[in-house]
Amino acid sequence: MDLYEHQARQLFEEHGIVVPRAEVTDSPKRAREIARRLGGRVVVKAQVKTGGRGKAGGVKLAADPAAAELTARQILGTDIKGHTVGTVMLAQPVDIAEEFYVSYVLDRAAGRFLAIASAQGGTEIEEVAATRPEAVARIPVDPAEGVTSATAARIAEAAGLPPRTVDVLVRLWEVLTRADALLVEVNPLVRTGDGRIMALDGKVTLDDNARFRQTRWGAEGAAHDDPLEEAAAAKGLNYVKLDGEVGIIGNGAGLVMSTLDVVAGCGARPANFLDIGGGASAQVMSDGLSVILSDPAVKSVFVNVFGGITACDAVADGIVRALDTVRPTKPLVVRLDGNNAARGRAILDARAHPLVEQATTMDGAASRVARLATT
Amino acid sequence: MAIHLTKESRVLVQGMTGGEGMKHTRRMIAAGTNIVGGVNPRKAGRSVDFDGTEVPVFGSVAEGMDATGADVTVVFVPPAFAKAAVVEAADAGIGLAVVITEGIPVHDSVAFLAHARHKGTRVIGPNCPGLITPGQSNAGIIPADIAEPGRIGLVSKSGTLTYQLMYELRDTGFSTCVGIGGDPVVGTTHIDCLAAFQDDPDTDLIVLIGEIGGDAEERAAAYIRDHVTKPVVGYIAGFTAPEGRTMGHAGAIVSGSSGTAQAKKEALEAAGVRVGRTPTETARQVLAALNADV
Repeated sequence: MDLYEHQARQLFEEHGIVVPRAEVTDSPKRAREIARRLGGRVVVKAQVKTGGRGKAGGVKLAADPAAAELTARQILGTDIKGHTVGTVMLAQPVDIAEEFYVSYVLDRAAGRFLAIASAQGGTEIEEVAATRPEAVARIPVDPAEGVTSATAARIAEAAGLPPRTVDVLVRLWEVLTRADALLVEVNPLVRTGDGRIMALDGKVTLDDNARFRQTRWGAEGAAHDDPLEEAAAAKGLNYVKLDGEVGIIGNGAGLVMSTLDVVAGCGARPANFLDIGGGASAQVMSDGLSVILSDPAVKSVFVNVFGGITACDAVADGIVRALDTVRPTKPLVVRLDGNNAARGRAILDARAHPLVEQATTMDGAASRVARLATT
Repeated sequence: MAIHLTKESRVLVQGMTGGEGMKHTRRMIAAGTNIVGGVNPRKAGRSVDFDGTEVPVFGSVAEGMDATGADVTVVFVPPAFAKAAVVEAADAGIGLAVVITEGIPVHDSVAFLAHARHKGTRVIGPNCPGLITPGQSNAGIIPADIAEPGRIGLVSKSGTLTYQLMYELRDTGFSTCVGIGGDPVVGTTHIDCLAAFQDDPDTDLIVLIGEIGGDAEERAAAYIRDHVTKPVVGYIAGFTAPEGRTMGHAGAIVSGSSGTAQAKKEALEAAGVRVGRTPTETARQVLAALNADV
């Protein structure tokens, strides 16, 4: 889960990293009051979880409180790369002498974190990384040691950052480990005209697996843009809304991803990802079917289950019970394979639901469900 | 001979007395696994009966190893305690730790994997179904009755795709199938398994199953090009996954233009790997490759 910029800013501040004075609001009127408190002249920044915000018109300078209200009114509610702007942050402008880039990212292949730093920070950092990779230092962090002052000094020196950034590098590592973050990025980290080192913008990605011990952002993490995703999350389902017309239910993340691909290969578009997991109980099946059938874009549904630990007759029982509670209005194609598949198929045959048909292979089922959705 | 797990393996189960641990220990024993003990400090000294097989419970991994000569541990403990469990196993000097637990914070995985590397313990997982050498031993939750013993080696990020491929090729059979796990950071990679299968006289062909996220498959492709002479058939899941969304597995996410299924497929094909469009087509390619080699 990504944090908003203002949440990242708050984390930085709590760890003793200097940040500009700033406040957040969803109201243009309050934006005017905030601007007055901050001294009149402010930067108005859309709070959206996507990059390239400045270039998309989401960051603007307002000369006085009246301009701040007007600018907030213009930015709030707009769409930036598919994200609706719900709040803006108003921040005191900063006199920038130099812009740097620093981040800690997970290096999946090496199984540890990597410090990335450059003296050429700012909005063009990706361009710098692509064209002049020597201007971007990449230093692995020893998991047992973390970022000590000595490590931080090495990072700063490799990137050509001033010695005064060492303290910030150590504190950012504390943010990363204490928040169970997978990414902490500051771009730009600046040297101000009066010589202070300040974090002007930040991105923090938290580890969803750590929610059991990082409860602080709980409500934020549960916020979903899509009402179907919200409904699925409320039922504890592992669901991702997509743009197509074939609803998909399967067991196991890999098999479900594969199911989406095979359906797409048959010329239809998957409407969602839904992994009901190894257990695949009747309740989960019925919850999953009800979410998928409430998606108006869905024209047909593919239930693709491989009985590994779960036996297919138990899955078939689940489907039958789900059919009675959910009452589908769209055709379902069911493919059961693996453990007790014959018994599972017999249970569905005996139920003989007019909207349910069975297929014996995954490829055959995909082509059938695609035809049902596209004709 | 198989890789990493044989009928000689002596297997401990950490978290054996929990719900999942009990269920799967019973299944592992039924599959012929030599389960020599469970570990639970609060139940040390007792034993658990699994349909007539008495399995002792030890207070620590070290104690269990001393008493039984165990060389493998299967970890079922909950996410909050997984790091301590793996560190304990590595400190005891066990050779292989198979971490089934899903949902372990990445910072914990990074820490215990570094510790295990330092101590010389191989970790498979976390968030994996484990590994099976059909007819010999099963360490984890892969259903043992899907496939016969045979001469195909399989390495996969995904549990159910492993089961699907095993099922499609059940009559041809497998030397060893390894589920390496779907987390962003795992202890044993595709490359580790490719290297082991290449050296395994009982493996004739390797199936590599990957999915979106990271660049493990691209690295595997480079390794295959330079080091693997046995035929490799691949399958990649997640062509239709949108950018920036986690698809079930914590590690299955396309970030910007990196980690896409298309890039992985192209890298594997450039290394001479046949890549199937569906699991079924992949199985057909395996059979064709095996027959071509006869």
